[in-house]
Amino acid sequence: MTESSAQQMSAARVSIYPRSVKGRFRNVKWAILGFAYGVYFLLPWLRWERSVGPDQAVLFDIADRKFYMFGLVAHAQDLFWLTGFLLIAALLLFFVTGIAGRVFCGYFCFQTLWTDLYMLIERLVQGDRVARIRLDKAPWGAGKLLRKSLTHLLWLLAAFWTGLTFTLYWANAPQLLTQWFTGAAPFAAYATTLFLTATTYVMAGLAREQVCTYMCPYARFQSVMFDADTRIVAYDGKRGEGAMGRHKVTRDLKTQDQRARQNVGDCIDCGYCVQVCPTGIDIRDGLQVQCITCALCIDACDTIMDTLGWGPGLIRYTSEKQSRGETSRIWKPKTIAYGLFLVAAVMGLGWSISQQAPLEMSVVQVRQPLFVRLSDGRIQNSYELHLENKTDEPLQLAIMMRGLAGSELDLGKLASIELGAQRSVRVVARVRWEAEHRVKGSRSFQFDVVPQQRVDIGMVSAPATFYLPGGEH
Amino acid sequence: MSETKPKPQGAVQTTGHSWDGDLQEFNNPLPAWWLWGFYATVLFAVIYWVLFPAWPIAGGYTTGVMNTITFVDGSGEERTTHWNTRSLLLKEMQQSESAQRSREYLEKVAATDYQEILSDPEMMDFTRSMAKGLFGDNCAACHGTGGSGVIGLFPNLADDDWLWGGTVEQIETSIRAGRYGFMPEFRNTLNAQQLDDVATYVLSLSGNKVDQTVAARGEKIFQTDTGGCYYCHTESGTGLESQGAANLTDQVWTVADVNGAETLDAQKAEVKQVIRNGVERRMPGWSERLTAAQIKLLTVFVHELGGGQ
Repeated sequence: MTESSAQQMSAARVSIYPRSVKGRFRNVKWAILGFAYGVYFLLPWLRWERSVGPDQAVLFDIADRKFYMFGLVAHAQDLFWLTGFLLIAALLLFFVTGIAGRVFCGYFCFQTLWTDLYMLIERLVQGDRVARIRLDKAPWGAGKLLRKSLTHLLWLLAAFWTGLTFTLYWANAPQLLTQWFTGAAPFAAYATTLFLTATTYVMAGLAREQVCTYMCPYARFQSVMFDADTRIVAYDGKRGEGAMGRHKVTRDLKTQDQRARQNVGDCIDCGYCVQVCPTGIDIRDGLQVQCITCALCIDACDTIMDTLGWGPGLIRYTSEKQSRGETSRIWKPKTIAYGLFLVAAVMGLGWSISQQAPLEMSVVQVRQPLFVRLSDGRIQNSYELHLENKTDEPLQLAIMMRGLAGSELDLGKLASIELGAQRSVRVVARVRWEAEHRVKGSRSFQFDVVPQQRVDIGMVSAPATFYLPGGEH
Repeated sequence: MSETKPKPQGAVQTTGHSWDGDLQEFNNPLPAWWLWGFYATVLFAVIYWVLFPAWPIAGGYTTGVMNTITFVDGSGEERTTHWNTRSLLLKEMQQSESAQRSREYLEKVAATDYQEILSDPEMMDFTRSMAKGLFGDNCAACHGTGGSGVIGLFPNLADDDWLWGGTVEQIETSIRAGRYGFMPEFRNTLNAQQLDDVATYVLSLSGNKVDQTVAARGEKIFQTDTGGCYYCHTESGTGLESQGAANLTDQVWTVADVNGAETLDAQKAEVKQVIRNGVERRMPGWSERLTAAQIKLLTVFVHELGGGQ
């Protein structure tokens, strides 16, 4: 040990001032942003006609355990659809990443979308890159204070509306909105809104690219899905650098011919690609973990190349193989496997949703006591039948049983069961059976529930077991 | 694709330590927000200590300031305590939306008559889920969670044999006022021979194959003032409901474990045991402890257990 110098405990973030850019990828991104925001912010307000239930197209009703999505009503026991949906989302992510790289990051991720919105606000209030750098360096004054506070105010408003919109999915939107501002909304609504306001403001306004670089797990496991065939945004070093490297445009290096003669590449080192980068990297250094493939550097470089008339593509979508002059294969075992699993998962979920039964029954045996001897010597077992009507009309149900000759079914004083639309009920059924001499153990039989006056809905059956004394020996 | 430029030597800060002359350690500092995030958690902990119960001190703990819960305690008095999860649960159970909803439904059930409840599947569902808790708290200690009781001690509520009657009115009376089941001991009244005779006769009542001459001797004791059994068990042996006397003609045995005995002699021994020692069983009344609505819920629940009358 020689010396002990003052150590840095933390490294300050280097501020990034992304410059605005126009181009085809920017247009695609604006279109996706517009569409995504349209869906997210307007969906809770969309009304939907239902004979029973709320008139909101998409509503997740936790209290009643019903999840309304347009014409579909998912019940608590359909929750595994969510697993299916998440599986599809994961497989789609893997599939797309395997083929086209970080498309999700660059175009669809909430962090990217909301950061784009926040940068737009920033630009409208404070101006573009140079103006913002100047403003940050300027001493505090009325103008700077006004611009800065207006930016943060607009950010907070956007964050607040984002958080509030999220809560609107979980209750009747117009009603909750009124309640929210009159102080009558449930605590959970306030907590959720304020939490999401805070996270949106912090993530999109303050943390920005640090979310992608330090926090996001998806960014961290990219490398296992990437290979030499994956689409990436890359700088064409061969064209850009030449033997003598890149060089600014000077009197002697004005045309491609002049540059070619002096072995200087097409890159004029204008730095536009670095200035537009939302994560603050230089794409000319090659593939980096920070790169979210937003493709804005492509737009920037193409703009410059267009002006010079040198043809686009100095920075472009390519793959490691392609940039070496080889051909990239899109379809290979990995991507085909992802694709097949994806198709299987989509079909599986689709099939499961299309098979949603209009009427369901499940049987739970009363196990305490498992059986009881009655005064006439017969044995009695009790069962709890859980009946669920998933149709929009009330059903008249008759409960029957079969498979246990000579047994008696007792439903107490319930003559027939009327079950309201989209409602469920538990009914206790007692089965009495005079077992033949020496019959021990258990017997299987089944319960049938038959909707009356509804031929379109068939009988629903569920298996059950009748236990006799001595069965456990 | 161009190569990634390696970082020039010395670009990464070192800790300043040096071993063996040239062995050094990189210092890659944390992002500032990470460090501030850590300080924020420390600050959070300090604020938490002030507001919530946190530190154990001799004979108690710090309770937290400016953070109280108001709820209604068991005696109906409003109480305010420092924040704690037990009171929070009580408050939730009294004031939450679902608690209010179930209270409203309970009022509806309390105002409905028995026959209507019994024929309404939804009310039965509600009653069952509420009464299960009540039964567990108040009844299950003796009668068992499923009401199957303990033979000889606590009657089985899950069968169709009702000592004190199985109509909703009778069940409600049993719960409200309690029951006292009593059969005198016959150890001094009857000799061994007579005990054996009566036991044989009692077993014959429920269809057991026994020695008819012995049974005939037993019948005499049972049906006359020698034993006087017929006072309560009636001449036919079906038992008086008003006395809670067991029906001796059916297959259900609530005191003598006849069904659990393998041989006729063992069964007889069980019955003799009961006659010799008598029976004394007492169930307390619950009208002071439970509200009328709670008793109503329990009545319907017990009625449904065995399929009441």
